[in-house]
Amino acid sequence: MPEIALVNVGKHTCRNLHLTIEDGEYFVLVGATGAGKTTLLNIIAGLVDHDGTVYLDKIDVNRLPPSARGVGYLFQEPALFPNLSVTANITFGLRAQGYAQQAVHERATGLMDMLRIGHLADRYPHTLSGGESKRVALARSLAPSPKILLLDEPTANVDPQTARHLRGELHTLLKKLRITTVHVTHDLQEAEELADRIAFIANGSIQQVATPADFFFNPANASVVEFIGTPTLLECETTTTLASGLVEVVAGELKIIVPYTGNRIQKIAIPPDAITFSAAPPRGPMLNHFVGRVDDITHSNGSVRIRVLVGNDALFSEISESIFANMGIDKGMEVHGGIKINRLRYVGW
Amino acid sequence: MKRPTGSETARSRTMVRGVPILVFLALWELAARFGPFSATQLFPPFSAVLEELVRLYKTGVLSEHLVRTLGRVLIGLCLGTTLGVVTGTVMGWHKATDRSLSPIVSLLYPIPALGWLPLMMLWIGINEMLPVAIITVGAFFPSCYNTAAGLRSVDGRLIDAARILGASEWRILFEVALPCAATHLFAGLRLSSGMAWRTVLAAEMVAIPTGIGALIMKAESLVRVESIMSCLLVLSVFCLVFEKFFDFLEKKWVGTWRERCA
Repeated sequence: MPEIALVNVGKHTCRNLHLTIEDGEYFVLVGATGAGKTTLLNIIAGLVDHDGTVYLDKIDVNRLPPSARGVGYLFQEPALFPNLSVTANITFGLRAQGYAQQAVHERATGLMDMLRIGHLADRYPHTLSGGESKRVALARSLAPSPKILLLDEPTANVDPQTARHLRGELHTLLKKLRITTVHVTHDLQEAEELADRIAFIANGSIQQVATPADFFFNPANASVVEFIGTPTLLECETTTTLASGLVEVVAGELKIIVPYTGNRIQKIAIPPDAITFSAAPPRGPMLNHFVGRVDDITHSNGSVRIRVLVGNDALFSEISESIFANMGIDKGMEVHGGIKINRLRYVGW
Repeated sequence: MKRPTGSETARSRTMVRGVPILVFLALWELAARFGPFSATQLFPPFSAVLEELVRLYKTGVLSEHLVRTLGRVLIGLCLGTTLGVVTGTVMGWHKATDRSLSPIVSLLYPIPALGWLPLMMLWIGINEMLPVAIITVGAFFPSCYNTAAGLRSVDGRLIDAARILGASEWRILFEVALPCAATHLFAGLRLSSGMAWRTVLAAEMVAIPTGIGALIMKAESLVRVESIMSCLLVLSVFCLVFEKFFDFLEKKWVGTWRERCA
């Protein structure tokens, strides 16, 4: 049963959108700034007027106010009520909906324990860090037990380490609670890590809806390719299990060791930002290290695309002009390369 | 370098505030005693003003007039600010009402409170209601304008968040919007109280035979400059006390979470 269905929806930049999100799905909407991602969340939440129809559980909710849609919304800015303590923020929705005091207290305590923010109970929002504010805002939106959770750039404006923790927590928590989640981000890596399915939105229309692997291996059109950056696609010849959870795959002259628990890897996609080159051999362990020859260098819009040949395979890397200027790499040169394995995508069984 | 302790900081703050006042009073005293007006009664020294203040208090004249003025200010200020905050809340919260009332408020706000005096004298007559009505009008506009501006400046995301969480419009208004507009609201109340004291003085000087304003006019007719200055001193102290009272209320209400909401 589709939990969320948008039929011919339009508002501002968004035009004639059709989208179905399944019950319990973690759905990630990616796209550049201004593509219409937040508008789409606001439409689902009922915060803006729009064309077309929004169905939640097959019911037309166009005329339902936001409070009657069973939706939780975590805004990009946490939007915590500055005059209320953390506890009062979390219980705001429950109190507004007339829950008994005991139930309110138990729910708040449970959520604070789950999100490890119990120690912040009596604090006020202006004393919280970015990550703490996000956790409190998440607890507040989860408190009334919504069927659908809308997350607008939940890891924005926090440091990378906190963002990584938040991502992990979100994934575990929302899968455990089985809440249908629509998560908006412009960070492709975040989308890959969390999504059951990814939708790419550009200029107000949805360009592709696919699983993370499909998204990489079969980009639907040029705008998707431009957004993800053309990945290096390698056909794998052999897969050798080295130890529990680690395999060595051979693709042409490349040998790559990756964490994998399946039987065999057929294809590997390497995003252009997951391949690094240098003129000198890199320091440290030589794991997933290779030597190749620069075949082509293309400059466009402040970034540089480098094509390196390793045997018959071509590997693509993309870096900013400022970094490239200090690398001392030129066409025809022999270069040393490395692969960040946490960014690889596989097709296998 | 040694950091100042809390009591040292408080002491230095008192010095910074107190010393200029003492210097001012000393200069006043010296200028009045040895300056060009020293031979006349037009510029009495501060000590003479204090003496007169004590005399007015002891004879009961000051208390009698002050009580009347204070009563008028309190009633007018309560009425004006209540009406102002309520109207400002409706305007700031309800866009259609805001669009309807804003032009009227913008049109009437610049009229000085005393500009209403001739009209009020004709409509109400010269009685106790006159200064109260003038103060009410004078106190209404700053409270109304600032409350409306404060509510308009509340971050729309806070309202959206409360709405999604199922809060009623009343709950959103009283639990989210008004607290977030508190800084504007109290700025309006402070302006209103200042306006009330200025207005009552003028109304009493022009039309009413009782109150501090009337006492000043009587002193002026008798060329009792020290009496005039004593009354002005009392007025400024009360004006300051009212302002500090609103400061205290604001700190009490928003002190624990004071932060920009918009």
